[in-house]
Amino acid sequence: MSQQNRLGTGGRIDRSRPLRFTFNGVDYQGFAGDTLASALLANGVDVVNRSFKYSRPRGIVAAGAEEPNAIVQLGASEAAQVPNVRATQQALYGGLVAASTNGWPNVDRDLMGVIGSVGGKFMPPGFYYKTFMAPASLWPKYEKYIRKAAGLGRVPKEADPDIYDHINRHCDVLVIGAGPAGLAAALAAARSGARVILCDEQEEMGGSLLDSRELVDGRPASAWAAAVLAELATLPEVLVLPRTTANGYHDHNFVTLHERRTEHLADLAPSLNGRRQVRARMHRVRAGEVILATGTHERPLVFSNNDVPGNLVAGAVSTYIRRYAVVPGRRLVLSTANDHAYRAALDWHDAGREVVAIVDAREHPEGDLVNEARARNIRIIPGSAVIEAQGKKRVSAVQVARIDIGGFKVAGRVETLACDTIATSGGYSPVVHLAAHTGARPEWRDDILGFVPGKVPGMTPVGGVHGKGALIEALADGAAAGTAAAQRTGFTAPAVELPKVAKVREGKAAALYQVPHVKPAMRAPKQFVDPQNDVTAAGIELATREGFESIEHVKRYTGMGFGTDQGKLGNINGMAIAARCLKQTIPQTGTTVFRPNYTPVTFGAIAGRNCREFFDPRRFTALHAWHVEHGAKFEEVGQWMRPWYFPRGNESMHEAVQRECRAVRESVGILDASTLGKIEIQGKDAREFLNRLYTNAWTKLDVGKCRYGLMCKDDGMVMDDGVTACIAENHFHMTTTTGGAAAVLDWMELWHQTEWPELEVYFNSVTDHWAAMAINGPNARKLLAELTDDIDLSGENFKFMDWRAGTVAGVPARVYRISFTGELSFEINVQANHALHVWQALFDKGEKYGLTPYGTETMHVLRAEKGFIIVGQETDGSMTPEDLGMQWCVGYKKPFSWIGRRALTRPDTKREDRKQLVGLKPLDPQLVLDEGAQIVLEKEIRIPMPMVGHVTSSYFSPTLGHAFALAVVKGGSQRMGQTVYLPMADGRVHAAEVVSPVFYDAEGARQHV
Amino acid sequence: MQHYSGFGLVKHALTYHENWQRAWRNPTPKKKYDVIVVGGGGHGLATAYYLAKEHGITNVAVVEKGWLGGGNTARNTTIVRSNYLWDEAAWLYEHAMKLWEGLSQDLNYNVMYSQRGVMNLGHTLQDMRDIHRRVNANRLNGIDGEVLDIKQIQEIVPIMDCSKHTRYPIMGASWQPRGGVARHDAVAWGFARGADALGVDMLQQTEVTGIRKSGNKVLGVETTRGFIAADTVGVVTAGNSGVLAKMAGFQLPIESHPLQALVSEPMKPILDTVVMSNKVHGYVSQSDKGDLVIGAGIDGYNGYGQRGSYSTIEHTLQAIVELFPMFSRVRMNRQWGGIVDTCPDACPIISATPVGGLFFNCGWGTGGFKATPGSGNVFAATLAAGKPHPLAAPFSIDRFISGKLIDEHGAAGVAH
Repeated sequence: MSQQNRLGTGGRIDRSRPLRFTFNGVDYQGFAGDTLASALLANGVDVVNRSFKYSRPRGIVAAGAEEPNAIVQLGASEAAQVPNVRATQQALYGGLVAASTNGWPNVDRDLMGVIGSVGGKFMPPGFYYKTFMAPASLWPKYEKYIRKAAGLGRVPKEADPDIYDHINRHCDVLVIGAGPAGLAAALAAARSGARVILCDEQEEMGGSLLDSRELVDGRPASAWAAAVLAELATLPEVLVLPRTTANGYHDHNFVTLHERRTEHLADLAPSLNGRRQVRARMHRVRAGEVILATGTHERPLVFSNNDVPGNLVAGAVSTYIRRYAVVPGRRLVLSTANDHAYRAALDWHDAGREVVAIVDAREHPEGDLVNEARARNIRIIPGSAVIEAQGKKRVSAVQVARIDIGGFKVAGRVETLACDTIATSGGYSPVVHLAAHTGARPEWRDDILGFVPGKVPGMTPVGGVHGKGALIEALADGAAAGTAAAQRTGFTAPAVELPKVAKVREGKAAALYQVPHVKPAMRAPKQFVDPQNDVTAAGIELATREGFESIEHVKRYTGMGFGTDQGKLGNINGMAIAARCLKQTIPQTGTTVFRPNYTPVTFGAIAGRNCREFFDPRRFTALHAWHVEHGAKFEEVGQWMRPWYFPRGNESMHEAVQRECRAVRESVGILDASTLGKIEIQGKDAREFLNRLYTNAWTKLDVGKCRYGLMCKDDGMVMDDGVTACIAENHFHMTTTTGGAAAVLDWMELWHQTEWPELEVYFNSVTDHWAAMAINGPNARKLLAELTDDIDLSGENFKFMDWRAGTVAGVPARVYRISFTGELSFEINVQANHALHVWQALFDKGEKYGLTPYGTETMHVLRAEKGFIIVGQETDGSMTPEDLGMQWCVGYKKPFSWIGRRALTRPDTKREDRKQLVGLKPLDPQLVLDEGAQIVLEKEIRIPMPMVGHVTSSYFSPTLGHAFALAVVKGGSQRMGQTVYLPMADGRVHAAEVVSPVFYDAEGARQHV
Repeated sequence: MQHYSGFGLVKHALTYHENWQRAWRNPTPKKKYDVIVVGGGGHGLATAYYLAKEHGITNVAVVEKGWLGGGNTARNTTIVRSNYLWDEAAWLYEHAMKLWEGLSQDLNYNVMYSQRGVMNLGHTLQDMRDIHRRVNANRLNGIDGEVLDIKQIQEIVPIMDCSKHTRYPIMGASWQPRGGVARHDAVAWGFARGADALGVDMLQQTEVTGIRKSGNKVLGVETTRGFIAADTVGVVTAGNSGVLAKMAGFQLPIESHPLQALVSEPMKPILDTVVMSNKVHGYVSQSDKGDLVIGAGIDGYNGYGQRGSYSTIEHTLQAIVELFPMFSRVRMNRQWGGIVDTCPDACPIISATPVGGLFFNCGWGTGGFKATPGSGNVFAATLAAGKPHPLAAPFSIDRFISGKLIDEHGAAGVAH
């Protein structure tokens, strides 16, 4: 198709590179350098979308981040779908496929639009709060239909094939925005040698310089921008990031910069040298100084039917003409309250198209641009405004009337002018969003009719963002700020010679937001404030009438500013309308809070590579390969992969576990215990620290001995347990639970650093340094004896709870005689790199004993037979040592207090009917009770009914020949021999007898041999 | 009170919506009220509403330093559920759930309580033990719940990655069909409008600067609009409970933390239910407007700035993309933060205080929104009677002295 709105010359597009693209199934052509929006306008596409609530046809309004309407779905294939792309910010590439997000069956002939136009009057703001209440049972059906209208784009149905990077950066000066002020600032700072980052969200850097009518040093302004960028490119400490949006500004000058690396090339990141490129990078920047050069967004005027396609903000008209050589119509009416917008009419006129009239709200417009328009004999209608647009899918005419701004009324007769394009300008709102992210409240300035950024430490606003938008001012302001910022970060900045720019004389702007209509706002045709959310001036008026007086209430009641443009286009107008309705000033009404992101950022870019295998480290023991080779099934414990059981042949889990259990009880089994947390504790106060950390006493633990310890939180509830060995007088080796290791180390540091800094003690995680292999069973000693000749393994010289240093399989080792199975057991610890050698040596010698590897499930069964707890399974943050029957592990007589001591003396922790650890013997000896089953005292189930506890662990024991369980039961220690009941979800009720939690070898004879 | 209905909408449309009445007045403070509720969030407004409606105490002021519902009511992720582990918490949240189920009709204000179900995922064997335990407990307490296997999960949420390829593959889930989401602002507005109609004064832009006492008895509150007297004062100021307690001369066992949330751009509906995971640490639902509403856990440090750390947002979205790889190309529109008051046992404080006539309702941590009607209901009863409502009694501040804690870290955790 022809590009009927494309000018024959001019613009910054590359006419030698035509690009084909598809919109709503129709093929079009544009040029390299186009945005999707400029290409659509070049091809005369008026309707790009349908509105959310009323389904009204909508066209392109703006040329940048503030665009509310041109939200499209991009993507040629399913996985490449990109929802909610702003066409004004999407570079055109060959083969681009885009579609409108709303409209059924299509945007041009949309059936919802009928409902919107008929039903719209019944849908004022908040209508859904006032209806759909009766009958209550129908709400889900109502909601189903409400939801059908929800959303803009659609989520791709396939996983994202692209990758995203994170980069941490530090710089002296971060300049956000590469318009005149930003470029001047970056240049000044960069010449000092400071590390400067300059970022800009657009495809091309230069901002307003790229479509300016002014000359810089006698040449087009864009040439000056190019020269500055060329110089910056030569400076080694400068990083220039185009297509990079500062999307979030956090405390202490931490700014996230979202760099789009391939979105201008394709919908999927193309490959480069055979490798898929990174689609986006998130630069996490810590800046010494931030220079905010974000400029302004032009405010459209709010008048009736201001959403009919063909309505644009004035600056966008200039941008499309000068930058893209696209004139988005034939006959223009400009409605403005300031001089600056006259550029749109002049550019339009330059392009050889008709300017029907400039309608100026001011009685006596005067200024250089006004005079230039007069000189061209363009009709200027003073003291007036466009009060209503006509047309459905494209503007066909406007109604213009003399208005009384102060009295908010139409003050003269209404004239109708035929036209197809309306450009409007109500003024220029500084882009304060980033500064507001830090919590700094914007401040209103009457002289510029806008909010400027509040004060942020280490941040300097330059240019339009604080009212210095005129080119000559912006350049000087930027250069001065760049120099000062470099100096504050320790650099000497040479003065920057400012380029020569003629001063443009501009008249004072009028404060016009909502244009009065001949009818009151509630009755006039809709005057849109936030087109994306279909928020109208009448809606805001209604909200204030109903008592929603805070601007936050107005926002929330009407939906104003909740769209993907976050109110960039409409918020100030909305605040002004609310202020008018409430008879307040705009600063009294105040602003809502702008939050990150400045423009939306993909989840993928924020998540980076930290998904799948990088989501959380997966930790493997030094013996993992052996386990895999031997068919282990694995269980995730914390970050660790632990062998769960080792099935042989076609064994079921049950069969494997029964076999592994028997091997341990009858001969010898081996467990890879390397995942247990291990913490080195050294220092002259190490022992005292242990006394305060653990519930039991450590004063008398000799070198060469180990002790089991319980750790409580300060509320007296058990948080971890493990064995700690005394390596030397000032040196201990602690083990923790597998999952709790990091938390325990944090806990120790917390108490040491905040409560007991006077203790001289140091902690170090050595979990990965040691491999631990536990051999358990009556033949454990015989087996180990074959691999060591320097450790005396005899019962009298190496007692239970001793440890010895020596050599195992030729490797230096620490051997701990501790047991989690109740059997004779040795835990062999070696440097992790030696683990496989030692493990293999054990199997070489162990074959004759039937040495059997076992996993966590068998470990669980064996320890449960002994009534040994697992923290996190038998405990849940509500169990005291006494509840667990472990009062033997609590040292109330220790001289200094310890964590949890005070809590354990409170009345509730002393209660006798607390939940206590017990054993359960199912009345059906074959029945393995459900872990997590609740326990009740009565067989008859009625709901609700009181529960007295729950099953924490439950297994079938080959040793005992029956199923058994551990449980916590209220007053359990007093209920021995009672029958309790376990109601199941399927209606069955199981019964079990309360017994001692120690099912096997209660005397502990087996581990003491 | 002007009655809201579909018929009313049609009627008002004929007069161009020019005759809608105020939802609530903007009154001048009286010198004295029977009860002052400090804090005009959802819980405070609900307290005032139920004081007037169920206890006939209508000479009530709600004193709010900003705008109604402007604290955590405006910032939460709107999830409602009652599948708590311990009896005391489960009963309290289930009390709230029952009120939610009739709230729109009771208030004549559609709070859009949408019972689209809440799913809590399990990723480890211990997760599954805990899920079984909690669902069994819920069931015996008369609270709906079931344990889902992978196939059932996939039927409800087909777009979630239930494969073995994730870092922590999903093993199962608990499911509470009656749980869901509500329109958070509407809850505050509905209670405010209802309370106003019954005579309660909503005093916005009125900040409490001090609590006046005589001996050990409260006399009223000092405010930026002068002293206002009352024999009974209920403080419901989530995020600033410790500050108010300090004014009254005592301390609370509370830490205030930032809690962040975020929304995507509006997307066509794709997720019908609430999905939460403690293990990968994130949760998500989709609003009626199409936004994916996402949150996770608190920021680790204490503070009163209503902003949090970017790293928390990163972790949260990593969790969401891990569960839903197809969301990678969806964009985050906006993030924000609120301040939550957390108790050592992850349960609230609804309690008398060392000051006679002064009561506190606070410490809801990350889980306050879902309790809004229940919290207001039992706190109103507590204020009216001068002693705890039976469901509130276990949540007395005394439990931090006696040790009778109700540790809901497991059920609260990331799950809001």
